[in-house]
Amino acid sequence: MIPPALQANPELGRWVRFEPDGRARIAFGKMEYGQGAATALAQLAAGELDLPFARLRVVGAATGDVPDEGMTVGSMSLETSGLAVRTACAEVRARFLAAAADKLGCDPAELSVRDGAFLRGGAPTGEDYWTLAGAVDLIRPATGEAALKRPDDLSVVGDSQPRLDLPPKVFGAAFLQDIVLPGMRHARVLHQPAPQARLKSLDEAQVRHAVPGVDILIEEAFVAVICASEHDAVRALGAAERAAVWEGAGELDPALAEPASLKSLPSESFAAGAAPAERSNRRRISATYAKPYISHASLAPSAGIAWFREGRLTVWTHNQGVYPMRALVARVTGLDPSAVEVIHAQGAGCYGHNGADDPPAEAAVIAVRRPGAPIRVQWRREDEFGHAPVGTAMLIELSAELDASGRLVDYTAEIWNTPHTWARGHSVVETALKPLDGPPPTAPARRLPDGTRFSGGLLNAIPSYDIAARRTVEHVIDPPPIRTSSLRGLGGPPNTFAGESFIDELAQAGGADPLAYRLSMISEPRGRAVLQRLAEMCGWERRGEAGSGHGLGLAYDRHRDRGAFCACAAEVDVEAEVRLVRLWCACDGGLIVNPDGARNQLEGGMIMAASWLLKEQVKLGGAGVASTTWDDYPILRFDEVPPIEIELLNVRDSRPYGLGEISAGPVMAAISNAVAHALGVRIREAPFTREKIAAALLAN
Amino acid sequence: MARRIAFQLNGAPAEVEADESASLLDVLRNDLGMTGVRFGCGLAQCGTCAVLVDGAEEPACALAVGAVEGRSVTTVEGLGGPEDPHPLQTSFLELQAGQCGYCLSGILIGAKALLDRNPDPTRAEIAKALAWHLCRCGVHNRVMDAVALAARRLREGAAA
Repeated sequence: MIPPALQANPELGRWVRFEPDGRARIAFGKMEYGQGAATALAQLAAGELDLPFARLRVVGAATGDVPDEGMTVGSMSLETSGLAVRTACAEVRARFLAAAADKLGCDPAELSVRDGAFLRGGAPTGEDYWTLAGAVDLIRPATGEAALKRPDDLSVVGDSQPRLDLPPKVFGAAFLQDIVLPGMRHARVLHQPAPQARLKSLDEAQVRHAVPGVDILIEEAFVAVICASEHDAVRALGAAERAAVWEGAGELDPALAEPASLKSLPSESFAAGAAPAERSNRRRISATYAKPYISHASLAPSAGIAWFREGRLTVWTHNQGVYPMRALVARVTGLDPSAVEVIHAQGAGCYGHNGADDPPAEAAVIAVRRPGAPIRVQWRREDEFGHAPVGTAMLIELSAELDASGRLVDYTAEIWNTPHTWARGHSVVETALKPLDGPPPTAPARRLPDGTRFSGGLLNAIPSYDIAARRTVEHVIDPPPIRTSSLRGLGGPPNTFAGESFIDELAQAGGADPLAYRLSMISEPRGRAVLQRLAEMCGWERRGEAGSGHGLGLAYDRHRDRGAFCACAAEVDVEAEVRLVRLWCACDGGLIVNPDGARNQLEGGMIMAASWLLKEQVKLGGAGVASTTWDDYPILRFDEVPPIEIELLNVRDSRPYGLGEISAGPVMAAISNAVAHALGVRIREAPFTREKIAAALLAN
Repeated sequence: MARRIAFQLNGAPAEVEADESASLLDVLRNDLGMTGVRFGCGLAQCGTCAVLVDGAEEPACALAVGAVEGRSVTTVEGLGGPEDPHPLQTSFLELQAGQCGYCLSGILIGAKALLDRNPDPTRAEIAKALAWHLCRCGVHNRVMDAVALAARRLREGAAA
């Protein structure tokens, strides 16, 4: 069985090669942006090949150089790419073993590999991957016939190898933003206030007066200023902003920032699961949860560079995939993809589809109109907050039926949201070059076999328990009122926030302890194990009475119902605001490739999601996003982050599960449950600001 | 009007022909090659562009280059390099205190300023000193542990 990523890129030599300098060249199509993917994938390669980690060289991602694995999304790099890397490396190892046996005149079964050298009966043979490199043809497709190693035989896997990408970052290097090319010119783009806005006029003389020598590029609603220095480009953009008159931008009602507004927008509805519940005498409980639009809030405003020379375009990007970027750039420039080369360089964490795709596409558009010099486009902070896609708001109505014993037997989740991957593959430059009457171009709607639409909104819509009857109704709002696209976990974390908060409400309704209630509904032993371990870690038995101002809460889910098992607990103090005292996480992520990397991802996800829950909401006003500075969009700070304890239940005989997004949902619900425990009343809409706390207490 | 402005940069004399109102961040990155100083917001709200000016932490995006004339400026490049890392850089790598790393240039500078004035900070003091630095990946605890580790090593080194 050949994994899909290997099927799509079958040539073994694209994944692994042995180079004259005594290193193995490893390539994969997943991007590193600080999540540790490159290091962990290299560990899997080293393990299958029996190579010391230090003899690997991971190739930087660029079109042509690395396999095409699409986007780096969905917390899937280790699951999907990892399997492809392992399969390719296992086959390469088998081919080299066969070549060594052939040369030595023995059976391959007599040979073993240690540190890249071939041993016969444990003794050196003088042969290694490099002496045999000429004898093994890797320019051939994988057959998928070589067996993968058993996890216990994978050396390097399970070690906390230091991240390959981290050292330059403490010495001030490593980012796309640091690249300086000869003759590079600095461009800034004046963005449309809204996709349908048209440029009525722009007083170019006014801009030239402010910055003599500025090169102004105007095409439809696309406005760029290009200068020799960044200093001039910044000033020229300021002047252009004052000199431009837009029309048709329209106004967005600020109330559309509230999740409740989703119900007022046109939508397409899809029902799935059990037949509608019949009237019964069972006890029925309902509650409505909500989360607002959330910004990726990457720490760096996005940037990109493009250079058009002799009919060929080279683009530098920090986005999630070099091949999708090539397709985007080819589309917006009209160039054939074969004339476009895309090189990845690291940027700040993106956590999904942030602004990363836009500046390189804008730079490409400028570069083909201004050939010869590299064009660097740097977004401002207000561009990143104001024009990058945001994670969609969600409104989640839950209802449950309990039988006479209080057992949960029937569960319905009804969800309103915009498509979570709506803007995927598209850039703001497209609507600037061709202002629209209707909505902007978007990713095509993906239909599932049952005719429903995959919007991302149903991930973890039903809590991960044994529930007899379960159904979902989803209302997909397309187009959304603002540009939405994928944010870490899509609908999963908000759904787990809602569902696992609601489970606490059901436990309370039946007078049950939230932990015992959950355990009574989990037959999966691995799920029970993480929840039981979490309870020990957080000292669940010491949990006191509700309403004291001090709260302890927990929550659990299985990622997308088929991935890692994760449980989180939170201890909080609540007065005017929520103060996090401590957080815990117990996780069964299957085979853990890099334990320290896994902890880093789990903890990072917890802090980000705590910030979403307690602080974050995109505000709307004027023609678009109104929260365009860090003052308007606060996130959790150093003095608000609590100590965090994480435990990995390492299950080596399981396949590795993606961990990048799995802790977000459980930690949101754990905090939500801890706040409810502290207050004695429940808040059901994020963010849990002081206004929401006061309102909940007053309503009580 | 552009004119010659001289100051100490990472221990060596530096001179630049610039308008004195030009942003120090822009001058450091584009005229003096110190690209480790990062652009994050331009409004002194995120901490990524932090530098030391005569030992005190300042957001370079909010300072005019004229304001540092004759003074001493330290960027992350001035803390140490791969061959001669500062104990802070060593401890950050040892504890893998980073994910995307975009915040680290500024945080390392903020931590240096803290340890220079308080060689034995508590967790709360570290948190308070770094509170204006934003980190989106969520490596706050690792960063605070790494600062405490470096502080301990610096104290032990000073005592030895």
